[in-house]
Amino acid sequence: MPKGVANLIPRRGLWSAGGIFFALLIVPQFAPEFYVYILTLIFVTALLAMSLNLVIGHGGLFQFHHAAFYGVGAYAFALILTKTSLPVWVGFIAGPLTAAVMGLLIGWFCVRLSQLYFGMLQISLGSLIWAIVFRWYKFTGGDDGIHGIPRPSFLSSSNKVYYFVLLIVTFCLIVMYLILKSPFGRTLQAIRDNPQRCEAVGVNVRRHQLMAIVIATSFAGMAGVLFVVLERFVVPDLLFWTLSLEILIMCLLGGWFTFAGPVLGAALIVALRTFVGKYTEYWTLILGIILILLIFFLPEGVMGYFLRISERSR
Amino acid sequence: MPGQSFSFAALGSQFLVGLSRAMILFIVCAGLSFVLGVLRVPNVAHGALYMLGAFSAYTISTRIGGSAGFWLALVLAPWVVALVSLIAERALFCHLYQREHLMLLLFTFALSLILSDLVKFVWGATYRSVLAPSFLKGFVPVFGSPFPRYNFFLLIMGPLVAVGLWLFTNKTRMGKICRAAAVDREMVGALGINVSWVFAAAFVIGCYLAGLGGALVAPTVSVTLGMDHTLIIEAFLIVTIGGLGNIWGALVGSLLFGITQSLGVLFWPQFAIVFPYVAVVIVLLLRPRGLLKSVW
Repeated sequence: MPKGVANLIPRRGLWSAGGIFFALLIVPQFAPEFYVYILTLIFVTALLAMSLNLVIGHGGLFQFHHAAFYGVGAYAFALILTKTSLPVWVGFIAGPLTAAVMGLLIGWFCVRLSQLYFGMLQISLGSLIWAIVFRWYKFTGGDDGIHGIPRPSFLSSSNKVYYFVLLIVTFCLIVMYLILKSPFGRTLQAIRDNPQRCEAVGVNVRRHQLMAIVIATSFAGMAGVLFVVLERFVVPDLLFWTLSLEILIMCLLGGWFTFAGPVLGAALIVALRTFVGKYTEYWTLILGIILILLIFFLPEGVMGYFLRISERSR
Repeated sequence: MPGQSFSFAALGSQFLVGLSRAMILFIVCAGLSFVLGVLRVPNVAHGALYMLGAFSAYTISTRIGGSAGFWLALVLAPWVVALVSLIAERALFCHLYQREHLMLLLFTFALSLILSDLVKFVWGATYRSVLAPSFLKGFVPVFGSPFPRYNFFLLIMGPLVAVGLWLFTNKTRMGKICRAAAVDREMVGALGINVSWVFAAAFVIGCYLAGLGGALVAPTVSVTLGMDHTLIIEAFLIVTIGGLGNIWGALVGSLLFGITQSLGVLFWPQFAIVFPYVAVVIVLLLRPRGLLKSVW
């Protein structure tokens, strides 16, 4: 396992992150609307993948059903906008909050168990949420989902949505970075690398893991809210288990043990799905082959690979 | 809950429906649990292999035709699945055993993605149906309501597979080695047994059971893409509540799952799908490590 996750973002990383951010700020001025849409989708997916990596890459927890929380956030936002007359900002708070409460509930059971049992239990409980959403026609719209969710009035054009999503995602990523750099984040990574030793020096392992889950699920809920802002619909597929595994692939592709890896992974997967999907209906086959190649030849991910190369050349 | 009048007879026949559903679930989950016990990998591709079994059964039975076609499909389709899994295991999967759990899990996910698209490529996205042999068609009155004959066949097959598995794991050398490898793989290796081949055997046996489940379920459902989706989730739940890696736990879990689902239809049809999940949550609240002892 590569050591020192946090020092992988040196000053150079900060400069390139800033550069990318400003480049993204001017993109909508000349790019066609379709590309603006794809970029916005990438931002949303990147936030989701980053939130998963917080627990799975940095926390070492087998968070196998992360999409459940993404879906819960999306549904909470969608239901508040369509079924109640509450102001929009309530929805923006309720999305991450509901997801975090779900994360607390499910995490509370899961952290008691070890590795694989953790993962299996999470799949079980997450699938329970999916089953309820899938069937509760009166409340969640069942397998049809909810369509035509109104956008908040200040997000009238696709460019406005783009900037809004970009700002929120950037803000969330900065917060995540600070969390990972904080004593809490360091402890979390230490628990990943050696739980027994952490226990021995007096760290409350379970509480740290549970807190990490709650933080990660609230970010996932935020990603869900942003998805609804962008797409204006929710379907039960957002909570389905295969999506969880797809996010896992994004983390792997970008690099588990790097900070920004999942962003790159999400960008690559979403872009590939969009452009390969135009030419073939066998996208999952291609995804499967990519995944096998990754497992065999690039287990540290694209970002991890380049960081290793650049480390060596220095 | 909607007040619905139901008789004792309806309860009985619905119970039988659940029991026959549980038999299919048991056959599939026993395979999943076996792989999980020996290899310690949740085989995500299990659902895709089950689907492959159903589609193979369709092709074999329609090519041959008649009841001979059905029986041949029942025998051959699981072997097709076993062969596919053997190739995948020996060509790719066996090189990963030293890696982390997560990589193994993701490999099986890749396998499931590839397999489900290959099924789409070979068979297309249309609905298929497999015909049961004539003496298994039709209905018999049970508790005054018609009960499909084929389900009786399932009620026989389930215990047969259970007995076969018991004989395999307790009476054969291979089965004993598999059980030993599940508990302590280093020790098995130290005794001079090639653990890699034990894993291969366990994986193929597990996948064979997925294929058998698929071939058995084919006449009762429409064989189509996506039939693996809900099954794999149900199978994971059952294996979790049964105790990871415990075949008899898979049996208990399947019975609980199948019967709560079918009885749920009586009480609250709209939410029948939720009943078994609630049962699972209750079990996990009371016994988070599953009903029976996990093998490791």
